[in-house]
Amino acid sequence: MPDGTTVTVDDLVAWVHRFSEVIDEHADELTQLDSAIGDADHGTNMRRGCRAAVDALAAAEPADVTGFGRAIAMKVISTVGGASGPLYGSFFLALGTTGGSAPSMDATETVAALKAGVAAIRSRGKAEPGDKTMLDALLPAIAAMEGSLEDGGSLADALQAGTDAAEEGMRATIPMLARKGRASYLGERSIGHQDPGATSSWLLLRSASETLAA
Amino acid sequence: MKKLINATDDVVVEALQGMEHAHPSLKVVYDPKYVVRADAPVAGKVGIVSGGGSGHEPMHGGFVGMGMLDAACPGEVFTSPTPDQMLDATKAVDGGAGVLHIVKNYTGDVLNFEMAAELAAADGIDVEAVVIDDDVAVQDSSFTAGRRGVGATVLAEKICGAAAEAGRDLAAVKELCERVNANGRSMGMALTSCTVPAAGKPTFELSDDEMEIGIGIHGEPGRERRPVASAAEVAKMLVEPILADLPYAEGEKALVFVNSMGGTPLIELYIIYNEVAKILAEHGVEIARNLIGPYITSLEMQGCSVTMLKLDDEMTELWDATVNTPALRWGV
Repeated sequence: MPDGTTVTVDDLVAWVHRFSEVIDEHADELTQLDSAIGDADHGTNMRRGCRAAVDALAAAEPADVTGFGRAIAMKVISTVGGASGPLYGSFFLALGTTGGSAPSMDATETVAALKAGVAAIRSRGKAEPGDKTMLDALLPAIAAMEGSLEDGGSLADALQAGTDAAEEGMRATIPMLARKGRASYLGERSIGHQDPGATSSWLLLRSASETLAA
Repeated sequence: MKKLINATDDVVVEALQGMEHAHPSLKVVYDPKYVVRADAPVAGKVGIVSGGGSGHEPMHGGFVGMGMLDAACPGEVFTSPTPDQMLDATKAVDGGAGVLHIVKNYTGDVLNFEMAAELAAADGIDVEAVVIDDDVAVQDSSFTAGRRGVGATVLAEKICGAAAEAGRDLAAVKELCERVNANGRSMGMALTSCTVPAAGKPTFELSDDEMEIGIGIHGEPGRERRPVASAAEVAKMLVEPILADLPYAEGEKALVFVNSMGGTPLIELYIIYNEVAKILAEHGVEIARNLIGPYITSLEMQGCSVTMLKLDDEMTELWDATVNTPALRWGV
């Protein structure tokens, strides 16, 4: 059970379960956001991938953080499709590798692992802040989590700060002009819509704050 | 939503099962999904693999066969396939001469094919990739995902397939693919939206008196919405941006490809072709070859696209070479 200071593999698995539930609840909304500026499949794809990831974790029974990352990454890459598959897959793979072969992580290690995951998304997708992508939610979230820990915050404080920053970052994508992904084909017409990838990224962090340091 | 389907989750698999029954020259693998020539791998021949979201039929599965693709990886409707599919397809068609991936320029397709190429290289297979980006509706710039891959993909798959069949090596087939891409330009338009089965409702709304110019093949809105116009005016809106982007000198030859987005009948495509021919005659462009029909579609969307490929003798000869696939077949 979570004790609020360390993150175990069971906590990480609970995070993915919670994320899958939340994606289920928001799938229609994600698809709706995606039909405005993309190709109307983000909710469907994420739902399919998260369900498969939950099954994969049950089958793999990972013993350490690396095993967790690997089990989920391969499943997400092979079931989500689109751009989100390789991007979220790279996130979990790098998170796992950075988390290492320990059965649990402390607050600093957890934030470092999340940060490595976000860096992997950035290098795979070659996007920059302000391009109207997942990174516009994730990068401010990492900065907020690091800031919170530096200020002496607990893991729960850091994850809450990260979630709040991600939500703010997600809303900040609305006036942005898309420079990556299918939305960039719309040019000026991409302005005024919230990015669906930034939205699912906010849900990922919200799920983390509900499970990893509960 | 009215569609001839059984269940939205089964659309891709059941369509593949139908293809498998209809075309004994193809083999369909279901886990992970890909369509492959039944005689693959062809020893000593460069293998050609493409893939992309489903919903563009006959592309890509319908282009698998002698003289065109060795394998095609179908994703969910309008969703990129995944690296495990591409890796297995690449292994299945590697006849020892390497494999070319022909990739349409969409972020998901490019990312997934990149991962597959890394995995295949780790398995010791020589893999090259060419990204097709021929859609002039999109401004090319380092600040966007770049131009989309559309109609020129069909032409590249045919021409490169013929070159591979003729025994050219991987470097030569890749160079040829880049040349087709560099000389191909497309522009599309829609009269209606389309409905992704899993979404259940039209991707965008277009009223009865409107059309979308510069539409992509995924129902993603184009760049400009205007009142519906005549075929002559629409042909002009499609051809002029192409000629502005890649001018033709008097007497240069083109392959003109008039494509249905899925819901537009052949009678209207011929009317468009007639208008395109008139415009090109005014510009002194000779239409040396043509292709007219539904080859790269967007489900049931009404609309069309025009692709022009500036032909040289080599491309023309390879275009004319024998091809035997479910969707393109001549010289057999």
